[in-house]
Amino acid sequence: MPLAIVVVLLVVGSVVFHILSPWWFLPIASDWGMMDNTVQLTFWVTGFVFVAVNLFMAYSIVKFRHRDGHKAEYRPEDKKLEWWLTGITTLGVAALLTPGLFVWARFVTVPPDASIVEVMGQQWNWSYRYPGNDGALGATDPNLISPENPFGIDPNDAKGQDDVLVQSQDLHLPIGKPVKVLLRSRDVTHQFAVPQFRVKMDMVPGMVTYFWFKPTKLGTYNVLCEQLCGIAHFAMRGRVVVEEQKDYDAWLAAQSTYASIAATKAGDASAGAANYAVCSACHGADGQGNPAMNAPKLAGQEGWYLARQLYGFRHGLRGGDEKDTYGQQMAPMAMSLADETAVRNVVAYIASLPAGDNARQTLAGNVARGKALYVTCGNCHGDKGEGVWATNAPRLAGMSDWYLKRQLENFKSGVRGAHADDFPGSQMAFLSSVLHDDRAIADVVAYLGTL
Amino acid sequence: MAYVAMADRDDPHALHDPQSFVTKYIWSQDHKVIAIQYGVTAIAIGLVALVLSLVMRLQLGFPHAFSLIAPTDYYQAITMHGMIMVIYLLTALFLGGFGNYLIPLMCGSRDMVFPYLNMVSYWVYLLAVIVLVIGFFVPGGPTGAGWTLYPPQAVSKGTPGATWGIVCMLISLGIFIVAFTMGGLNYVTTVLQARCRGMTLMRMPLSVWGIFTATILGLLAFPALLVSAVMMTLDSTVGTSFFMPAMVSMGHSPTHSGGSPLLFQHLFWFFGHPEVYIVALPAFGIVSDLLSTHARRHIFGYRMMVWAILAIGCLSFVVWAHHMYVSGMNPYFGFFFATTTLIIAVPTALKVYNWVLTLWRGDIHLTVPMLFAIGFIFTFIHGGLTGLFLGNVTVDVPLSATYFVVAHFHMVMGVSPILVVFGAVYHWYPKITGKMMNDFLGRLHFWITFLGVYAIYLPMHYLGILGVPRRYYAYTTTDFPQSVQELNRAITISALIVGAAQLILLYNLVYSLFRGKPSGPNPWRATTLEWQTPDTPPHHGNWGPKLPVVYRWAYDYSVPGASDDFIPQNVPPGPTAPATHGHGSDT
Repeated sequence: MPLAIVVVLLVVGSVVFHILSPWWFLPIASDWGMMDNTVQLTFWVTGFVFVAVNLFMAYSIVKFRHRDGHKAEYRPEDKKLEWWLTGITTLGVAALLTPGLFVWARFVTVPPDASIVEVMGQQWNWSYRYPGNDGALGATDPNLISPENPFGIDPNDAKGQDDVLVQSQDLHLPIGKPVKVLLRSRDVTHQFAVPQFRVKMDMVPGMVTYFWFKPTKLGTYNVLCEQLCGIAHFAMRGRVVVEEQKDYDAWLAAQSTYASIAATKAGDASAGAANYAVCSACHGADGQGNPAMNAPKLAGQEGWYLARQLYGFRHGLRGGDEKDTYGQQMAPMAMSLADETAVRNVVAYIASLPAGDNARQTLAGNVARGKALYVTCGNCHGDKGEGVWATNAPRLAGMSDWYLKRQLENFKSGVRGAHADDFPGSQMAFLSSVLHDDRAIADVVAYLGTL
Repeated sequence: MAYVAMADRDDPHALHDPQSFVTKYIWSQDHKVIAIQYGVTAIAIGLVALVLSLVMRLQLGFPHAFSLIAPTDYYQAITMHGMIMVIYLLTALFLGGFGNYLIPLMCGSRDMVFPYLNMVSYWVYLLAVIVLVIGFFVPGGPTGAGWTLYPPQAVSKGTPGATWGIVCMLISLGIFIVAFTMGGLNYVTTVLQARCRGMTLMRMPLSVWGIFTATILGLLAFPALLVSAVMMTLDSTVGTSFFMPAMVSMGHSPTHSGGSPLLFQHLFWFFGHPEVYIVALPAFGIVSDLLSTHARRHIFGYRMMVWAILAIGCLSFVVWAHHMYVSGMNPYFGFFFATTTLIIAVPTALKVYNWVLTLWRGDIHLTVPMLFAIGFIFTFIHGGLTGLFLGNVTVDVPLSATYFVVAHFHMVMGVSPILVVFGAVYHWYPKITGKMMNDFLGRLHFWITFLGVYAIYLPMHYLGILGVPRRYYAYTTTDFPQSVQELNRAITISALIVGAAQLILLYNLVYSLFRGKPSGPNPWRATTLEWQTPDTPPHHGNWGPKLPVVYRWAYDYSVPGASDDFIPQNVPPGPTAPATHGHGSDT
């Protein structure tokens, strides 16, 4: 008897939970509402079966519970009943399947007027490529991928010259226009998923996959990777901005094409030497840093990282938080560089400085424990803390330990990496949660000092 | 011939019972001892997987509270939890454990037809488990690629255990498949060749049908896993490119070219989907027998049940790519696989109806095994119905890779089969040990487990509908509401309670061995042959000098005109035991 009551309560409770649940689809932002409809239809049909069969079972448990003198019925088969049940079930299944297949037929039929955009996945971030004026993407080859050519575009393919490359995490799309999203991966399998759009697809290295949809709601949406892609899978985030056509056009026009990036002159170290004069006041003429001035060592650091940080300081992604005293000091210094050319030049100059010895150790910590903690860090920063451009992870080995400690504290407290456009920073903020307390930070920094 | 029982011979003189402890309990060729060896090993490694699941739940419920759980540990925990539960616990327990114990006893055989092979099967299985455990201690720890082990990720930088751990995993799987093949050939051959007189195929208990069909599925499906394990091992160790395309791992130039990650996924799921039924079909069969025995009623629609098992078994080989709707395979495959997948719902639904119709007009004894069996029906209905969401390609797309999937497969192939395992343990423990298990502890175990798992998995479906992705170490900034975290905490608390409740079962198993009430040979008054052995627990050779002869089907409960409410299969027709519904002839 209690069992029957519990079964009834669970059935009623499940239905009530379903109705009252605050957890339901995020408001849809694409034209795939019919997917939601098939989900609703499936809920109705399966919900009916769930309630009916379980209540019948509960009834049977009560009605046919053992009592003295009671005896079970002996009727091994009932062909008629079994055929009826088979028939009804088949109808129910067909009622679910048929609409599903019709919607799927729409999924596999990309509208001819759909524009195309390519999403490239890599451990653990996103980048995007638009076809440019010719409407066609240039050929690519993974063997051509390098820091200078992250999409691996074939330089000899005319179609690729006007391809618009977006290396931030923001994908912009105009509202109301169907778009075919072509998906590629540079390394392992990823998945491009925006819950509000409903459709999603894996991105598989070695092939191009796709899905299509029409954005129907203005807004900004989080992109999630939904295919396990390694240790920072959970921190692989991007953003889709759905905007009016004119805003989209303006944004797109401001992006760089493959040809314009390829034509950009490399930094000129000798020209950068003059720019560096300002920097040397704090960071030292040899770029070795100065703890007294709160200036970290620069020599030996990866150029692409220095460039990104200078960009961050210049555009408010870094140094904007009022608790970031030293970042706030650095921001105007970075602004003193006249333009992007000056940034490239000064970075080239710093890259030309000899790395020198490891920065002097100023802090103590448990190296063995730090080594264990560093297992997580090493996935992006490299086993030896050497820095890895592909994961946006700077060099750590040999750099100023007091500076690393302060930055880890800043990431943990949200002083750094909180700016909405600082994707690598926010990723580091996610991952800095691995270091639970000051001791863990001290230990991992101590370990870095041994590399 | 020493220490070996010939599976289908009467002559008692061929039997040389093992005398020493070692031949009796260690290097044993007795299917009952091997069954217990399989069972104990599977449960032991299963407890490891249970603890791993609690580790991951602690991280999800209380993120950042446990400094010991780094992302590496989390991904290793989910991977090893999944693989151990599916392969090393459920597959080994249902086939190596229950299959070994029940097939000869239920078919009226003295033993498996190849007892030596059967013994080797267990020891090779143990070796597979040992290699699996070694994986926890190699540099870098076990693989953290997710239990599906998708390349290129599984063997690439950025994934825990991508060098040593994955190789241990693949080697262990290879060894497991060797063990399974030795055992599996044995089970199939024994069912086909060594049934006693009168035990026609259509008189076999559904437990045997379920295990038999599952074994055939295993023999056909595991080779796909074996070849993919071999190929991935080669990709990882000697640099072949079966599954590895040209890729830029961590900024390094490609070292592979031309391999296909999707090829692995096809091979994996060609194994992986039948694997669901390798676990489910034995559960289907066993639960049928539990329901029938404790409802004192024949299973309803026996022939339909047998054909449903066979139909499900066949269909299970043509549905695999429903795991891959968003994998990037040609989307046109979606039409085919959605259709086959939903067709499989029909025989599955019929089985559910027939279980419930077995209760209908029964004489239901709510014993502990019966509680678990009815609990199974409830959870299986739930898990089966959510399968209709994920099998239907259009409905699957928004739900794939979310917690809806996690909730679905745990309901349907985690919770449901495990409830059957528990029911079966309480049901057959008296035959295995001669003692009854403690009833109060059994009920306590049931109620906490049954209600607890529902509290875990019902809300989890709604996280999935919201879109919360699975395999996330932490949910930092997302579009999801804060209540997701609160719900995750509630789920974790339920999981901790359910995990702890399993100690009740372990305690009961040990306690009853010493303190349990003697059960007698047939405490449930069941019809099937294993309850009719001359000794309880059955001795070596099972049947004494004469093999049993079967005169009727396995479900003669509450036969009109019979003096008792059950007639064992080996009772010939007579005045108090009328001839009944048995199919086929007596010989």
